Amino acid sequence: MRTLTLVALTLTAAFLFRAALDFPAWGDPASPAGLHVSRFFIERSYDDARTPNLVTATLADYRSYDTMFETVVVFCAALACFFIIRAAREACVANVFHYRHAPTGLVLTLRRGCPLPRLRGRFEQIDSEWTPRSVILETVSRGMIPFLQLFAIYVLAHGHYSPGGGFQAGVIFGASYILLAVSHDLRTLTDHVAERTMHLLAAAGVSLYVGIGALALWAGMQFMDYGWMTLAFGMDGPGAHSLGILLVELGVALTVCASLTTIFKLVSSEGTIMEGL
Amino acid sequence: MIQEINAAILLLLMVCAVAALQVRDLMGAAILFGAYSFLMCLQWVSLGAVDVGFTEATIGAGVSSALFFAAIFRTTRRTKD
Repeated sequence: MRTLTLVALTLTAAFLFRAALDFPAWGDPASPAGLHVSRFFIERSYDDARTPNLVTATLADYRSYDTMFETVVVFCAALACFFIIRAAREACVANVFHYRHAPTGLVLTLRRGCPLPRLRGRFEQIDSEWTPRSVILETVSRGMIPFLQLFAIYVLAHGHYSPGGGFQAGVIFGASYILLAVSHDLRTLTDHVAERTMHLLAAAGVSLYVGIGALALWAGMQFMDYGWMTLAFGMDGPGAHSLGILLVELGVALTVCASLTTIFKLVSSEGTIMEGL
Repeated sequence: MIQEINAAILLLLMVCAVAALQVRDLMGAAILFGAYSFLMCLQWVSLGAVDVGFTEATIGAGVSSALFFAAIFRTTRRTKD
């Protein structure tokens, strides 16, 4: 089996290398794409959408259908993950809860139902595979997370002018939540942002994207033509497209951030959202 | 980018790709895959595709490694083949 895989891989690689020889040279201005397609975008995009970053203008305006369904795909991935491995509340795996008394380090094991009991006092709930918390790790993460989130918002808001945009911003924001879950525990994350809020955010992102496109129909324009904002907000055409790109990227960022965090929570806790890594 | 550095990155890229497939420890494979993604990101940037490089750095080297680790912690760390 191993040799067969190796042969198949070698053959595929040979075919790919052979096919790569037929590509136009890198950066060749006389290549077919450079002659017809690129010129249109390079000449028109700033006047159409007032967006100096061609990639953002192309992704979120000229090809917004493509990006819309990419967002839907990310949303569907989170949904699929949820439906496959999210354990039902009745079938929660952990039926025994562990509490650590902070001053003495004494660990109590209590048998309870699945909804988390709220204990007052100086007891803290811990995971069954609990490792002592590292103060350095927690402090450094707490210091880093605000800057990560601020950078994510910058990437989102500055996507018109610099590399980045909704997708990258959403990933960085989601990564900050994953860092919180890894450095503390999953319970800290769910205390900050509830599971239901995450699901609502993911759905809201897709709705925002599709809604912006659908409102164009209401104004009598084509689907995903951001020009309807000229009527609604009284701005010029390119400005409307620029605003449309920003709103659409916001939708992408919301969906990607919420979906990635949901997937991580589900995978790391075997679907119970109670005990993470 | 300087030609020699570019060649070194390409070489490391191939080493990482082969090693990620060969190594028995899945945790090591996930880390090597993250390194592969980061080198790939450098290649995208050197080709001028900054947006693609940015996405590769965040998704490939960042979040997907975390997802791999989560999956490995909840399954097994050794491959069967």
